[in-house]
Amino acid sequence: MEQSVAVRRSKEEKKVLRKQLKASHTLLKHEGISTAPQPTKSLVVANGGLGNGVGREELSTVLKEMGEVETLLMPPQKPYAFVTYRSEESAQRAHAHLNGQKLQCGENSVTLYLSYVDSVTCEEKNSVPLPEGLLLVEDFVSPEEEALLLAAIDWSSTNDDVTAQKALKHRRVKHFGFEFRYDNNNVDKDKPLPAGLPEDCLPVLERCVRNGHINIMPDQLTVNQYESGQGIPPHVDTHSAFEDTILSLSLGAKTVMEFRHPDGRLVPVVLPGRSLLVMKGESRYLWTHGITPRKFDVVPACDPESPAHTTSDLGPNRNLTLSKRGTRTSFTFRKIRHELCRCAPSPSPPSAPSIPSCHADATRLEEEYVHRVYDAIASHFSSTRHSPWPRVCHFLSSLSPGSVLADVGCGNGKYLGVNPELIAVGCDRSSALVQICAERGFQAFVSDALSVPLRTASCDACISIAVIHHFSTQERRLAAVRELVRLLRPGGRALIYVWAFEQEYNKQRSKYLKEQNKEHPGNLSPINDTSDGIQEPHGKARMHTSRHLEDNYRPGDSMQDVSKVIDGKLSVHTNRTAFNTQDLLVPWHLKEGKRQGGEESGENCNRDPSPSESGPVPVFHRYYHVFQQGELEQLCVQVPGVKVQSSYHDQGNWCAVL
Amino acid sequence: MKLLTHNMLTSHVKGVTKGFPLLIKATEVKVNEVEFNSQFVSRMIPKLEWGALVQAAEEVNLPGELVPNYETNEDFLKKVHRVLLEVEVVEGCLQCPESGREFPISRGIPNMLLNEDEV
Repeated sequence: MEQSVAVRRSKEEKKVLRKQLKASHTLLKHEGISTAPQPTKSLVVANGGLGNGVGREELSTVLKEMGEVETLLMPPQKPYAFVTYRSEESAQRAHAHLNGQKLQCGENSVTLYLSYVDSVTCEEKNSVPLPEGLLLVEDFVSPEEEALLLAAIDWSSTNDDVTAQKALKHRRVKHFGFEFRYDNNNVDKDKPLPAGLPEDCLPVLERCVRNGHINIMPDQLTVNQYESGQGIPPHVDTHSAFEDTILSLSLGAKTVMEFRHPDGRLVPVVLPGRSLLVMKGESRYLWTHGITPRKFDVVPACDPESPAHTTSDLGPNRNLTLSKRGTRTSFTFRKIRHELCRCAPSPSPPSAPSIPSCHADATRLEEEYVHRVYDAIASHFSSTRHSPWPRVCHFLSSLSPGSVLADVGCGNGKYLGVNPELIAVGCDRSSALVQICAERGFQAFVSDALSVPLRTASCDACISIAVIHHFSTQERRLAAVRELVRLLRPGGRALIYVWAFEQEYNKQRSKYLKEQNKEHPGNLSPINDTSDGIQEPHGKARMHTSRHLEDNYRPGDSMQDVSKVIDGKLSVHTNRTAFNTQDLLVPWHLKEGKRQGGEESGENCNRDPSPSESGPVPVFHRYYHVFQQGELEQLCVQVPGVKVQSSYHDQGNWCAVL
Repeated sequence: MKLLTHNMLTSHVKGVTKGFPLLIKATEVKVNEVEFNSQFVSRMIPKLEWGALVQAAEEVNLPGELVPNYETNEDFLKKVHRVLLEVEVVEGCLQCPESGREFPISRGIPNMLLNEDEV
């Protein structure tokens, strides 16, 4: 840790410094920090923050040279820090000597800018509680056991079959007992690996059982080795593959594991070497966990002057510092589940509704779990729906100029302007969404898809994109198709998209599942297009001729009976996971748009953006009936005069052209 | 709501057999300038219910009869263009010709939703 202090500055340099100072003030203003014109005891040190890769030790060293430091506050992920000196003279000395000076931190060097502040805004937030069901036992194994366990894993051979060793993008991994397959995120329960659990693990596991951390001996072990800078994307361990309790033993260097709740809460947990992490209940089923690939972690500082923090959670604004990552090896012990997952804790709406049994129930369900939700989430929903799906556009472009198009369930109207040569009108049940269409200059009106107020046979084409899966009975889904067909002139064409039960097709996981790895879990339903909108429909979508369909999809075909719901209540789906049932509630996590801008505006700030100060966000539940393969076609052919021209699977949707 | 959209809208109140055309009771109408595209308008004409459009646009001086060879009659197409695409009903309502049910138009958006007992 060396610091170079330039003593003399030329005129030119002074000018540059003034400019930079000004910029740093602007920056601080954005962050809501107001500087004081007169000297005080406290200073804000711009650029001297954990967010710029400045460690507590380095900064503290130079600050202490100027006088006695009372407190040094380093907010996580921010490019600045606050220092309070015992005396104003010390603060003045620091201001005079350190302002504009370079501080060398490892390979980086930053220029510090200091300004006086009246008070250090230390928002004393309560420390974040650990996720429900999570337990961290420090020093669970002795250094001797640690050495023994690490020696038991032989990494020398590459890709051997005995332990299914693989080098993944951000870590290397070995499996014992059973192989965990990353292609389908499951284990082959009937195919145990030749190598059982290493013997050296047994004493440790027996201790786990004895101490009540787990009530049954695990039979599967995954060993992950992370070098500095490596990590694992946020995930939930497959429900159906493993029993509830998951044990994870950390050996070697410490790291920080991040737990994320679907409502946006983020809890970083420091995993010291030789500690045991026990995940059960919500922490195992509801929260995702992952390790951000990076070389430094923000961890509580072990300052001898302040009392040691026994808890390992990173409460905001504690004494934090950076910890350099080393090689960490984790032993994850799990018990293979042999029966269906009783899929537990998921936040249900106060009164989870049942699958409707009569017409009145159905309309009530849709009113509460579809219509009201869309009105409530309209603007956020609309902001996530900006790029049209390529294959829908293709259909729209294939229509001859001057064709009349009705988009039934048009949402924010993103398909109404795709082909300007069409006479396009849209309708939606949500007046808030129709309002957005109108603001965009599209012709749209509010109506129900079961009673579209358009003349019979007035349309050359209709589209129904992600609409029919919101109807809660078979009769109503059929009525919706019938209404589309009524609008069509003879020979007119309709395109229908519904969400597919099968989120994996031709061995490819849909974008919906793949997005799990991304920053914000949730929300993106199949017509998801937050990212770029140029996603190609994956694989070779299978085209069926109409005759093929008639041969294959007769009513009463052998469909998997998955729609059975225990106790008749609709279950709540975990976003970005495979579906367990066909009728379900899908959570929508409302985000207030404001926050994002402010956090990203700072220079050098946020190398690892995360919802740092998010309180709980409202969650809405939308009802869906996800379609099985063949079900959409089967529905359509029940309407007289309908011919299914083609049908395909497109990014997690079943699609049909009539 | 443009009159083009009006030309397609119909009332579906239960029991109604002829819910078209809806009567326009406008309290606020605006006229926007929209780029004229003769081909676009020309292609629209066969899709229209002409009588309904004439009725809707009495004040815009539209000829009572469709003129022959309208594809090449630019003057005529411009009138149709104005009626179909430039005139917008901002506030008011649409009335079902048979049942008298009124559907409100607010901020240019017709709300055609029916009550449960109307479907």
